Amino acid sequence: MKKDKKELTRREFLKKCAVSAPAVLLLAEAESIFAKNSPELSDHKEAHYFGMGIQIDKCIGCGRCVNACKLENSVPDEPFYFRTWVERYVVQVDNEVIVESPHGGGEGFPSNISEKGIARTFFVPKLCNHCANPPCVQVCPVGATFSTQDGVVLVDEDYCIGCRYCIQACPYGARYLNPFTKTADKCTFCYHRIKKGSNPACVEVCPTKARIFGEISLRSSPLTRFFRFNKVQVLKPYLNTEPRVYYANLDGEVR
Amino acid sequence: MEDHFEELLLNLKQVVGFIFPNEIELHWGLLIVVYPYVTGLVAGAFILASLERIFNIEELKPTYRLSLITALAFLFVAPLPLLSHLGHPELSFEIFLTPHLQSAMAMFGFVYIWYLMVVLLLEIWFDYRKDLVVWSRNETGLKKYMYKILTLGATDLSDRALRFDKKAGKFITIIGIPSAFILHGYVGFIFGSVKANPWWSSVLMPIVFLFSAIVSGIAIMILIYGFTTLIRWKKFQMGCLDKLGSYLMYAIILDLSLELLDFIHRLYESEESIKIISQMVSSRLFLSLVIIQLILGSILPLVGLVLVRVRPLPDELRRLIYFGSAILVQVGIFSTRWNVVVGGQLFSKSFRGLTIYKVQVLGIEGLLMSIGLLLLPFVILWALIKIIPPWPEAETVVPSAAAERKE
Repeated sequence: MKKDKKELTRREFLKKCAVSAPAVLLLAEAESIFAKNSPELSDHKEAHYFGMGIQIDKCIGCGRCVNACKLENSVPDEPFYFRTWVERYVVQVDNEVIVESPHGGGEGFPSNISEKGIARTFFVPKLCNHCANPPCVQVCPVGATFSTQDGVVLVDEDYCIGCRYCIQACPYGARYLNPFTKTADKCTFCYHRIKKGSNPACVEVCPTKARIFGEISLRSSPLTRFFRFNKVQVLKPYLNTEPRVYYANLDGEVR
Repeated sequence: MEDHFEELLLNLKQVVGFIFPNEIELHWGLLIVVYPYVTGLVAGAFILASLERIFNIEELKPTYRLSLITALAFLFVAPLPLLSHLGHPELSFEIFLTPHLQSAMAMFGFVYIWYLMVVLLLEIWFDYRKDLVVWSRNETGLKKYMYKILTLGATDLSDRALRFDKKAGKFITIIGIPSAFILHGYVGFIFGSVKANPWWSSVLMPIVFLFSAIVSGIAIMILIYGFTTLIRWKKFQMGCLDKLGSYLMYAIILDLSLELLDFIHRLYESEESIKIISQMVSSRLFLSLVIIQLILGSILPLVGLVLVRVRPLPDELRRLIYFGSAILVQVGIFSTRWNVVVGGQLFSKSFRGLTIYKVQVLGIEGLLMSIGLLLLPFVILWALIKIIPPWPEAETVVPSAAAERKE
């Protein structure tokens, strides 16, 4: 009787295994399906593809974006390190151009130029262009700088060896070497914020909505409206870096 | 850190025009000037040795082995400036373990290992194997064991084995020449491929680097040959010096023509960046480019070397001209490296202003460190000369197998 019971148990065990296998597989599959739908992991291009639009005519050079960025991202306070900065252009009637960005524009701009003789003047916010064809990513010897699938160029600071080749390769002066971590650093579009559905800090604080952040290809994105109503240009287009920071009403003097 | 910030603040006051705010810190300083300079000497010295080997140039025999071990001594030092300059040198092995294959810089490790292990060490080993075996038999004590280890157990001195050594050596030289070209051409490519920087971005850059490497390599061999001959109280072989002098002259002519071509091309194309580059050349780089690189480092030595060829001059004066030219060439080529590396960072990528670079004396990127790194190869060379003397008279003669049998 005992023997019979043992045989029965073994058979039952095998039976149970056979029955439960598809259930386990189904569970595993279900988990991966749920995982795909969770917002943290939906990084593929169809889900997100970020960019920024800048309306030069709306920028008043207040520098709030510069300060917000420094605070949000713990950028060193010293005036040699900027993830974003604002430049002021003063084009005079004799075509001489005066460009300034004292403290990256974070403390405003001095009114040191006489209004007489000014042909036009405007502010240009700058930041990493998150190029689709980024020279910084190309040159990084260890792959510490990389493009995410949602179109953001990031630096893995645990992996960066601090060779600074990427700083040399960036045509826009958007990178610096963090003096404390000794690694390359730059704008991340506030990746930690945009992954939660918020705007980058600079966009959030801009009082005139000169900066517009969003999806490049979604119809409902604020960028789509920006593209529809403005003639846009990127910086140094001849370098074929394909920037994803787009400027409306960009002056030819801006490089 | 505070000192660094203060220094940057001072630099900020000397900026001319507008630069992007992040550009005030110049990232590739003196150490990165030393790097291409040292690599150039490696490639140049090796190419000189290879010329002797392949074309069997009798006059250059006294410098063949000396050139090879000079190249080796400098090659040992070549990665050190790069390593010391990294923000995280402890992570540098990642270049080997997880190289990003699209990056020109990631290839450095592989090019370096190939050149060191496959080309230089092998060629030197095959060339010295016979001597190593003989020394391991004749020497006593620790030296005997050192040579024994260096033979790697290959102690066969038969005619066949010696013939194989020669053949293998020649084969490696033939691989070695393109490798030397790759080594230094590659260093030029690191700069030449940066499209963001108009001062660097040029297809001619690897070629200009290569020819300037040959110039500096020949010049350093004139100096090392001269110095070692003097301190050993040996007689100068004027044939050898004349040959080196004439090679140096041809190399300078080629190098200068290429650099002038690059210069004229830039001037004629007159792209967006021409204004700021002209401003830089006529102000920040005037001394190092026009005076040192062009006049003192190229034209003056060239005049001397041409003079030697067109007028019969006494030996003493010829030697003086050769050594003088070689010293000027070294200064000139170092200046060339400076003008490329530092010059490329002195102007803003907004093309609207110039920044400044001040060499520090102390610190890892300082002057003393660079001088140390430039002297280190000579210390290594001295040690190498002690272990494997490169002098023709030190070369051992192996009695041929047939002669041994007769005895």
